[in-house]
Amino acid sequence: MSNRKLNLKDKYRLLTRDLEWEYSYRDYEEIFKQESFEGIKITDWSKWEDPFRLTMDSYWKYQAEKEKKLYAIFDAFAQNNGQQNVTDARYVNAIKLFLTGVSPLEYQAYNGFAHVGRQFGGVGARVACQMQSLDELRHVQTQIHAMSHYNKHFDGFQEFPHMHDRVWYLSVPKSFFDDARSAGPFEFMVAIGFSFEYVLTNLLFVPFMSGAAYNGDMATVTFGFSAQSDEARHMTLGLEIIKFMLEQHEDNVPIVQRWINKWLWRGYRVLTLVAMMMDYMLPNKVMSWQESFEVYFEEAATSLFKDLARYGIEMPAYAATAIEEKEHLSHQAWSIFYNYGHAAAFHTWMPTDQEMDWLSEKYPNTFDKYYRPRYEKWREMEEAGERYYNPTLPMLCQTCQIPMGFTDMENPTLTSYRQSEYDGERYNFCSDGCKDIFDHEPEKYVQSWLPVHQIYQGNCGGAEMEDVLGEYYRINLGVDNLDFHGSPDEERWNAWHNLQPAEDKLKEAS
Amino acid sequence: MTIEIKTATLEPIRHTFEHTRRRFGDKPASRYQEASYDIAPENNFHYRPMWQPDKLLNDTSRTAVVMEDWYAYRDPRQYYYGTYVQARAKLQEVTESNYAFFDKRGLAGRMSEEIREKIIRCLIPLRHMELGANMNNVLCTAYGTSTVVTQAFLYNGMDRLGIAQYLSRIGLLLDGNSGEALAQAKEHWMTDSAWQGLRRYTENTLVIEDWFEVFIAQDVVLDTLVYDLMYRQFDQTITEQGGSDLAMLIEFMQEWHKDNSRWVDATLKTTVAESEHNRELIRGWVADWQEKAVADLAPLAEIAVGEDAVSASVEVLNKRLAKAGL
Repeated sequence: MSNRKLNLKDKYRLLTRDLEWEYSYRDYEEIFKQESFEGIKITDWSKWEDPFRLTMDSYWKYQAEKEKKLYAIFDAFAQNNGQQNVTDARYVNAIKLFLTGVSPLEYQAYNGFAHVGRQFGGVGARVACQMQSLDELRHVQTQIHAMSHYNKHFDGFQEFPHMHDRVWYLSVPKSFFDDARSAGPFEFMVAIGFSFEYVLTNLLFVPFMSGAAYNGDMATVTFGFSAQSDEARHMTLGLEIIKFMLEQHEDNVPIVQRWINKWLWRGYRVLTLVAMMMDYMLPNKVMSWQESFEVYFEEAATSLFKDLARYGIEMPAYAATAIEEKEHLSHQAWSIFYNYGHAAAFHTWMPTDQEMDWLSEKYPNTFDKYYRPRYEKWREMEEAGERYYNPTLPMLCQTCQIPMGFTDMENPTLTSYRQSEYDGERYNFCSDGCKDIFDHEPEKYVQSWLPVHQIYQGNCGGAEMEDVLGEYYRINLGVDNLDFHGSPDEERWNAWHNLQPAEDKLKEAS
Repeated sequence: MTIEIKTATLEPIRHTFEHTRRRFGDKPASRYQEASYDIAPENNFHYRPMWQPDKLLNDTSRTAVVMEDWYAYRDPRQYYYGTYVQARAKLQEVTESNYAFFDKRGLAGRMSEEIREKIIRCLIPLRHMELGANMNNVLCTAYGTSTVVTQAFLYNGMDRLGIAQYLSRIGLLLDGNSGEALAQAKEHWMTDSAWQGLRRYTENTLVIEDWFEVFIAQDVVLDTLVYDLMYRQFDQTITEQGGSDLAMLIEFMQEWHKDNSRWVDATLKTTVAESEHNRELIRGWVADWQEKAVADLAPLAEIAVGEDAVSASVEVLNKRLAKAGL
């Protein structure tokens, strides 16, 4: 018997696609109940082009090799107390934000891809989604392991899942993913597979990993490198699902376009946290938010949407607003967090002189005009022993849940503010994007668990802010939060490096 | 002489995350513990799923089983992603060399036509059942509660895809990569009266809504019977009939089943031990699905092994259930 050689495509067809059969004891609709309710028309799953043709034996083999290398680095990092080698203890706050805000999203992706990995009627699509689910589980678990050692030497990591479910700013990423997971399977794929993992990943995942590389964080950056080939697979899946839906039926085009509009805006609002991380939380800066936005959104998305034009898909709505905001976004976000530094689970601080100069250089049109004067005032107050904390609770956008701190781009000193009425109630929004999303599905967004409303309604541990922050959020008051200067993190860091705290230096000098 | 490298020791401010400390005490936690316990979202879900508006996103009521603490489980293998893929990579390596050996020595050609036909008729169609098992276990990942439970279901689900692929490769080894064996096997799955019971059973499991019932119908009842029937009894039958080379092609399935059963047994035991409510519920599901499985498997068992084959497998199942407290 002479064995003929199978090419990869034939092999994958025989080993995976051909496992499917036509049901006769049960109806297709009973087995795949969720396939039609969103209005997406699939006429032929066999037209699905597998984005990667990986069989399980190769998956196990490659992934096991990657894991082995990764954990060797984690072990070495812990053994040598690698946390001492980051640029500056302020940096660690960026990965606190990551573990509390982003890693739980990997968990949600694990859930969400398992969901669609069961619900799609085509075996090719199902299996690709299942592998992504497994990868996402990998990511959340390896991130926990990467940060596990930091947790032993810094404050603010220790309650990450508890906080993700409760803390006010973490409801921004949480509600984003809840939104995607509560949608139907096709919308989930546009939301996460395409918008988040394909279009926006270079603005989310990559800045954190590059930030780690620039700031001596070997554990996190090694994770980043190790996850790179997984992410590449996820990107091809995200693109394939869009093309597949658009090719299946022309009626799908307007639905997909609306989802793209919605999800790129939703995703972009979540990236606010990344923008401030890049410009303010990294002692060694990789690039400014504006630069990164120009390269990874403006240039990359423009060429992507040029490609998709042949299907009748246009540039996402509100892209122009996002572009207008790029010179303001990070500064407005950091201002919010500096204001509410007593209610955050990480430390905030005012930029040093050198850092202010960097910001002036990177944001010549806006920083000196709008933000430097504000920061100088806050710095004066801090030096006078009156570090500014805002004692009020902010109003939140009903859709993205960010405090209403973004300004009108035509008049950047004026807070942008939109309203809608639904069922006799008024709802507030930060932008046209968020308002339109609400107006299209008000019955969904009236359900938002808005942290500030919940505090007022007494659902968060009590009426006093100390009860909310300390007991309900489980922030160690005065330890995990407040200014970096004077924090136990700073004190330990200085002790490791025989450094004097800034305050003592000042005292000695005077 | 020993050499001693001096390293700076830094006193940690805590030994593990707070949720792992609360559960396991104030000491360094294992990687399995940090990766598996109390990390799933549990509170303050923002929107009800449009695909199931009467439930929350991670809703514990997607099964009738009630647990005071869904993290009461423990995978005896302590698989998190890293240990899971490394364990499977090891099994995979052995399997790969077995398949290469089988291919290189032309062992398919040494099998009689009759044996080959029998393998194609009785074993290869199982690849479709394995795809059903893949979907069922992924369903438990998607709708189950707690990471310590759901991650093991995903490992199981992906394993089943892997097994379906190995079964397909056995077909390709037997037909010289023409795909004919797979086409024949599929024809058996679709129309051969010996297979219609198992196909009906599989399709019936694909519409079960309660994820724990899916676990009972698939992983507990059907898998125990099918794996005993095919990978023990059928293996013996084929060996007796001169096809002992098949053994090296199904070693993965045998080893896998041993490994996976440790987790299945532990999961079953913990659930049953929780309450009389769970015990009664599970007893009902087991009785229901066992009755169906025995009837549906009988025609296949008879052509694959012989008349008493199913009852032998039922004995294995009963022992297993008794061990779990049923």
